[in-house]
Amino acid sequence: MNWEPLILTFKLALVTTVLLLVVSIPLAYWLAFSRSRTRPVVETLVSMPLVLPPTVLGFYFLVAFSPGNAFGSWLEESLGLQLVFSFPGLVLASILYSLPFMVHPIQSGLSGLSPSLKEASYVMGRSRLTTLWKVLLPNIRPSMLTGIVLAFAHTVGEFGVVLMIGGNIPGHTKVASIAIYDEVEALNYGAANFYSAVLFTITFCILLVVYLVNGGYLKRFWR
Amino acid sequence: MISCEIEKTLRAPGGEMKLRLELEFKKGELVTLYGESGAGKTSTLRILAGLLTPDRGRITVGGRTWFDSEKKINLKPQQRNLGFVFQDYALFPHMTVRENLEYGTRSREDKGLVSNLIEMVALDDLQDRRPETLSGGQKQRVALARALVGKPELLLLDEPLSALDAKIRTRLQDAILALHREFALTTLLISHDLGEIHKLSDHVVELEQGTVLRQGSAEELFLRNKISGKFRFTGQVLNIEATGVVHIVTVLIQNQLVKVVAQEKEIRDLVVGDRVLVASKAFNPVLQKLDS
Repeated sequence: MNWEPLILTFKLALVTTVLLLVVSIPLAYWLAFSRSRTRPVVETLVSMPLVLPPTVLGFYFLVAFSPGNAFGSWLEESLGLQLVFSFPGLVLASILYSLPFMVHPIQSGLSGLSPSLKEASYVMGRSRLTTLWKVLLPNIRPSMLTGIVLAFAHTVGEFGVVLMIGGNIPGHTKVASIAIYDEVEALNYGAANFYSAVLFTITFCILLVVYLVNGGYLKRFWR
Repeated sequence: MISCEIEKTLRAPGGEMKLRLELEFKKGELVTLYGESGAGKTSTLRILAGLLTPDRGRITVGGRTWFDSEKKINLKPQQRNLGFVFQDYALFPHMTVRENLEYGTRSREDKGLVSNLIEMVALDDLQDRRPETLSGGQKQRVALARALVGKPELLLLDEPLSALDAKIRTRLQDAILALHREFALTTLLISHDLGEIHKLSDHVVELEQGTVLRQGSAEELFLRNKISGKFRFTGQVLNIEATGVVHIVTVLIQNQLVKVVAQEKEIRDLVVGDRVLVASKAFNPVLQKLDS
């Protein structure tokens, strides 16, 4: 059996999730607490991947990053980045595609906290950053876990965006969901079933763990 | 000396309200803000703390300017040396009692103060517990101790005792008074309870619709006819009953029911729910030791 597409899938999901967490915390903080007029616009943009067909996103990526146009060739010449049909391109597309799944839980976690927690910390002389790190984030651990897992699982399940911008290069951009499609087209139902069953089992386990943790079922084992 | 002269338009559920205040009080005083809900009491505390920015005005505390709209000075809450006890206590749920206090320390010597404070508010046995496992009165003690860790110049208490029952209230009033004296604090407190105000405050400010309606000592404010009686309590009218010539008024004082005989003219503008003062002079109360 060829494990390569599966390994690539989880590598992509892992890298995407880590980067997404770094990006989403400041973004969710801003969305939760800012009273800026541009907030609704940003909020809409973050939510767009929920409703757009992934192919739309993929198509624009393909156009934007193609070495055939100005932006794409600038990226390639100045930064040496080739984002079309490459792993870094997949990561970037996945980050945007899974953005709402990470941002929304963190944002609602933050806005669900009593404002007095933040204010108490400020009055005690602590900066915004310290407050975020030491008071706010530790109190929205369930929301962060939800965000991390949803983003991870969503990236694992990606198909349209990957197909558009990644293509089907074994070892680089051929993730499991594409491999399944490929095998079915080639009438290799056995291989397709293998990839599918592995994805099914792993994602089931991940989600189960989240619900167990957030539902408090595992508490007695560590307290 | 703390002086505060501010203007702020507040957006309340019932429309806009203009908060326009001139307050001045001495260092070491315990001042109570009193008034109906929506009168601007909490907003006043939040403005002093720097959590709400006034439209215009000045705030100076002990010679230092905290806010001045003309000179464009507006110290952040972090730069104002104050303690704030929130109505919902705002204890950090993921920290133990001791960690909650230590979060506010700025130097090593403050760490020693943490132990002192824990002892002063009798939290020794609870210092490793999380806030969720504490009762209301215990949480309130933690919040109070935590507000004092930074050795504040000004202590602001937003209805600190409103959620507690009468017995714990009395104990915590004593604790507030003791800490106020021990740390030579200037304290600003919001309260609705006349008994509490009478017991704690040096000075009372009554707010109405965002402005100061009256201010003075508790007695000046709440006693229209001055009575020099030594034997007096404040309470709440629970029932007024006519029995021929006189009326019997049932009053709740602390958590005891007391029946008081009243003349027609005394109850004329009295209705159930009113706060009253029960006082007596020129009689000899009976004193009897209680078995404890």
